[in-house]
Amino acid sequence: MNTLDFSIVAQSWPYLWSGLVFSLSLTAAAFAIGMVLGTCLALVQHFEVPVLAQVVRGYVAVIRSIPLILVLFWFFFLVPIVLGYLSGNGRPVPIGATFTAFITFGLFEAAYYSEIIRVGLRAVNKGQFEACQALALSTYDTYRHIVLPQVLRVASPIILSQTIILFQDTSLVYVLSLTDLLGAASKLAQLNGRLVEMYLVVALAYLAISSAASQCVAILRKRYALATSR
Amino acid sequence: MFGVLFEQTADGQRYIDWLLSGLGWTLALAFFGWWIAFGIGVVVGVGRTVQNRFLAIPARLYVEIFRNIPVLVQMFLWYFVFPEVVPSALGDAIKQIPPPWASFFPALLCLGLYTASRIAEQVRAGIEALPRGQIEAANALGLSGYLTYRYVIVPQALRLIVPSLTSEVMGIYKNTSVALTIGLMELTAQARQISEATFQTFTAFGAATIIYLCLALIAYQGMMLIDKAVRIPGSAPVKLSADADLAAEVQQAGALPNALEAAK
Repeated sequence: MNTLDFSIVAQSWPYLWSGLVFSLSLTAAAFAIGMVLGTCLALVQHFEVPVLAQVVRGYVAVIRSIPLILVLFWFFFLVPIVLGYLSGNGRPVPIGATFTAFITFGLFEAAYYSEIIRVGLRAVNKGQFEACQALALSTYDTYRHIVLPQVLRVASPIILSQTIILFQDTSLVYVLSLTDLLGAASKLAQLNGRLVEMYLVVALAYLAISSAASQCVAILRKRYALATSR
Repeated sequence: MFGVLFEQTADGQRYIDWLLSGLGWTLALAFFGWWIAFGIGVVVGVGRTVQNRFLAIPARLYVEIFRNIPVLVQMFLWYFVFPEVVPSALGDAIKQIPPPWASFFPALLCLGLYTASRIAEQVRAGIEALPRGQIEAANALGLSGYLTYRYVIVPQALRLIVPSLTSEVMGIYKNTSVALTIGLMELTAQARQISEATFQTFTAFGAATIIYLCLALIAYQGMMLIDKAVRIPGSAPVKLSADADLAAEVQQAGALPNALEAAK
């Protein structure tokens, strides 16, 4: 057993930090895209929009049944082709792996968030809709001001749990050779041969961030439980 | 479209043989990993609910650690770090393991232990969902703590959580693909290899996707049959629908059921 030398980690701190920043910004972007798109997907299913609802259901089922790595490969291959088709000249548009990762995680997470919101929509009391009708609110106003805020509040602990999973899943961009936290550590480890120290530090960093976020989930859950008991 | 799968590869097989061999590794990992995860998960889940601190604290730590580190990082820890930090004789022995197994065993250990932490939380939720009267009745009959768990609590909790376990079954077979990062040629890795060899990316990934979809369907139907067979008669029927695993998450989070109760 070799002696551990963590000074190497201190030296390479700036590089690891930039990796962590990438991981966090990928998480934030995927969260933003995923929540907006996921809400739309959930509403399409909720309103049973003809044809579109079936398509969305199929999309969600497929995304949830295949591994994220395979989804990453799919998008890495498809996105340039689709963009080429959209841009009109029909030739694949080469885009960076970074951009692909942002798109993929956004679309992938949309499927998961949409399921959470869809179940949340079903949990809203019928009386809420009836009250809105009695007040002559339009469907848009009903959902925008009454229903969705409640759903988001009720589902907030689950949404945060899903976001923690998303943060952990961003490590899979390793297969696209991107420099996220794990990618940075693995590139450094290959340079300096300090695999053990690098991976241990990365594991601790993920552990610290995810555990802290899990505590927030517990707080949200408690606060929400208090709110409903009133 | 899938014709290319039946063409000869450089090593004299057909591409479909590559896919099938990948499927074999995926299934082996998921199957054996599941039993490791289930065994440890039940023990840790029980540990989360007992009063004894010497059991409860390690169980809590186990769940916290294994749930909060990404699978891929855990995979690297078992594959790269573990042989370096154990005594060098053992480390050297591990490094001597020949190729496919050298990736398979760390992957198996990684997926088993990771999934165990998730199953433990489901088991805990199942135990906490049982009415207190069950424990009190067992006490009244003079059953010891061990016997209460062995014959009263755990069997009922396991029957309750079958629908929630569906999501863990689907989780473990999806996570097998992470093993490609340590060189195991499972299904996704084979699909990528075929795509690189033939440039028929659409076919290669399409075939893998269809296989994964079939696995999901089989896992889902299988768990539904198990649930039907073991469901506690008279218990509130847990609706096993397309959102079974979300229902599991919801149950685990405890938020929406509370909301539903409050709404009533």
